[in-house]
Amino acid sequence: MGKVVLVTGVARQLAGRFVRRVQREPEVDRVIAVDAVPPRHDLGDAEFVRADIRQPVIGKVLAQAGVDTVVHLDVSGTPLGAGGRTQAKETNVIGTMQLLGACQKAPTVSRLVVKSTTSVYGSAPRDPAVLTETTPVKSLPSGGFAKDAVEVEGYVRGFARRRPDVAVAVLRFANILGPRADTPLAEFFDLPILPTVLGYDPRLQFVHEDDVTEVLVVASTEPRRGTLNSGTFNIAGDGVLLLSQTARRLGRPTVPVLLPAVTWVGRLLRTAGVTDFSREQIRLLTHGRVVDTRQMRETLGFRPAYTTAETFHDFARTRPPGLLPPARLAAAVDGLAARVQRKEHTP
Amino acid sequence: MTDAKVIPFGDDARRRGSSGGSAAGRSRARRAAPSGPPGVPGAPGPAEAADAADAGGKAALAAVPEDGRPPHEERPGAGIPAQAGGEPHGRPGARSGGPEAEGGEPQAPAAPSLGDALGGLADRLLGGPWEERVASGLAFLRRRVTGDYEVDEFGYDAELTDQVLMSLLRPLYEGYFRVEVKGIENIPAEGGALVVSNHSGTLPIDALMTQVAVHDHHPAGRHLRLLAADLVFVLPVVNDLARKAGHTLACAEDAQLLLERGEVVGVMPEGFKGLGKPFSERYKLQRFGRGGFVATALKTGVPIVPCSVVGAEEIYPMVGNSRTLARILGFPYFPLTPTFPWLGPLGLLPLPTKWTIQFGEPIPTDGYPPEAAEDPMLVFNLTDQVRETIQHTLYELLVERRSVFF
Repeated sequence: MGKVVLVTGVARQLAGRFVRRVQREPEVDRVIAVDAVPPRHDLGDAEFVRADIRQPVIGKVLAQAGVDTVVHLDVSGTPLGAGGRTQAKETNVIGTMQLLGACQKAPTVSRLVVKSTTSVYGSAPRDPAVLTETTPVKSLPSGGFAKDAVEVEGYVRGFARRRPDVAVAVLRFANILGPRADTPLAEFFDLPILPTVLGYDPRLQFVHEDDVTEVLVVASTEPRRGTLNSGTFNIAGDGVLLLSQTARRLGRPTVPVLLPAVTWVGRLLRTAGVTDFSREQIRLLTHGRVVDTRQMRETLGFRPAYTTAETFHDFARTRPPGLLPPARLAAAVDGLAARVQRKEHTP
Repeated sequence: MTDAKVIPFGDDARRRGSSGGSAAGRSRARRAAPSGPPGVPGAPGPAEAADAADAGGKAALAAVPEDGRPPHEERPGAGIPAQAGGEPHGRPGARSGGPEAEGGEPQAPAAPSLGDALGGLADRLLGGPWEERVASGLAFLRRRVTGDYEVDEFGYDAELTDQVLMSLLRPLYEGYFRVEVKGIENIPAEGGALVVSNHSGTLPIDALMTQVAVHDHHPAGRHLRLLAADLVFVLPVVNDLARKAGHTLACAEDAQLLLERGEVVGVMPEGFKGLGKPFSERYKLQRFGRGGFVATALKTGVPIVPCSVVGAEEIYPMVGNSRTLARILGFPYFPLTPTFPWLGPLGLLPLPTKWTIQFGEPIPTDGYPPEAAEDPMLVFNLTDQVRETIQHTLYELLVERRSVFF
């Protein structure tokens, strides 16, 4: 008998793509997709169950279907639909608590995969430059999605202690980007002029949407030979990009703003509804964050198809050109070079 | 013992005053030496090169012996737009400043060897490399404006460091402090190594000069990756430049990762204690932290290269420390020098001391068992050994030193 996979938060693009992808795995028999709102995208042959994971009804779904793999993707920074930040926090934290409680009662569950984020490390100037899974966190995130993720991971650790027979994988994703990305960072890059923090050039790491889907499949199926897919893993593309580099590659001018003013600008933009410029994001765009991915390569045995730079290129490709398109700047420099050469040859 | 070997400060000033003329002559002779080919009289060479400079643009400055100052003043201005990604016209200058040192050598013999040839001919001769330099400068600019360059996980921007940051520091290194480097071959040509140095001078200029020394003199062209205090990464602009120059936070995790990747890592275990010690305690090494650097070297099995820097102690003679101001500003100390707060920004000008950087014999750490890093006695002993080596080398260099300033 094949596996029965339950996926939460399927109304989001990313989870929807994973649902469609995991059905193609030969060892997977049945996919149950759960969310409180019906998804607008196609879920293939998966069975959609409209259930709110904050309600105990999720336990019944688990028991009835005899689910053995739970993929918890309903941990997200932005709320789906109305409700704002409070709603998102409710779903992240209370939803996880309910789901884990239900899993603990369900004897069939043998594998749990939870989506987390590298923002659980926070961003501080006093942190080591490259964070590993075991790096002690210097400054815990004070609020927002990062704090939710820290709390979710705490509950997951508690669950892993109480159910040692369940293989638990926590995947800490770097900033997810791609052609269809709708994260706060993607919205930031869509601004015509990018506000940056004066005197700081953060290092950023991205992971491609396709790699997210693939690594979730790796984590939610049987481990391949020589690999182990339970534990906590940082998931990020190779290499880093500086914020200044991303702005130049996008062709968007940057406006350096003093750090105290950035907070104010952020609040202004948030009020205007242009972008969700939360405090943790300002910290990210000030100090940056880079994680070590050796565990992902060596233990999990996953190699991302896209590097950070390729991910960003794939993202930038789909965006409208900025005010300073790199192609035009390059052409201007080439023109200058040609003029210099001509001047050299004429006398 | 220490006081006997440290040359008193005031004495140097007097000696410098009396022999100032001869010193100037000597330094001029030294500067002229590489550009004046043997057998050719010195006078026509520079004169003609100066003509060429007027005709051929700033590239020809490399051929002029007295070139220490003009490129120096020019580079900072040109370097700033390169940082901010601003006006393109500033960039070629920034780039052309970089390879001057190499580019100057072949040009200089060419101009005087033509003897009394026309200025136009020299111009055309100089045109080749000049054009090349502009072309590569524009290629550099093109990569910068389109963001098409790479940085490593620590934010190290190798291209920017080579082309701009090192060129900005080089005048200070060559012209101002006239750094003499000894024993650079003690840094292995490949694989990781931990360079452990003394720290002094109120501002961490000694670390930057050591970086230039390794960058410019090491035969294998190695880069020194410095470990910096956390204060560096809190300050705006400073943290940005430090990361791009390849520095990272002084913590065991970062040091270990860099050493595992086979980088040469530079560490100043004295930290602020060494940097901000009073002038009266110059060249007396402070406690070497808790020996964390030795434990990291043992874990990764890389050799420890002791490094002694002489000359940095006297650049800002710190005669006092305003604890109140330091506390208000959040700095570990607030230096009071004979010039600093009193003359305003002019007080920030370091004294032009003559520096010597000596790299000592590497101390191997790969012969120990893997658990050696957890053995406090061994770590303390090795720490003391490194510290003693640096202290003795400092004394030796101080005895050899003729004066603080030349």
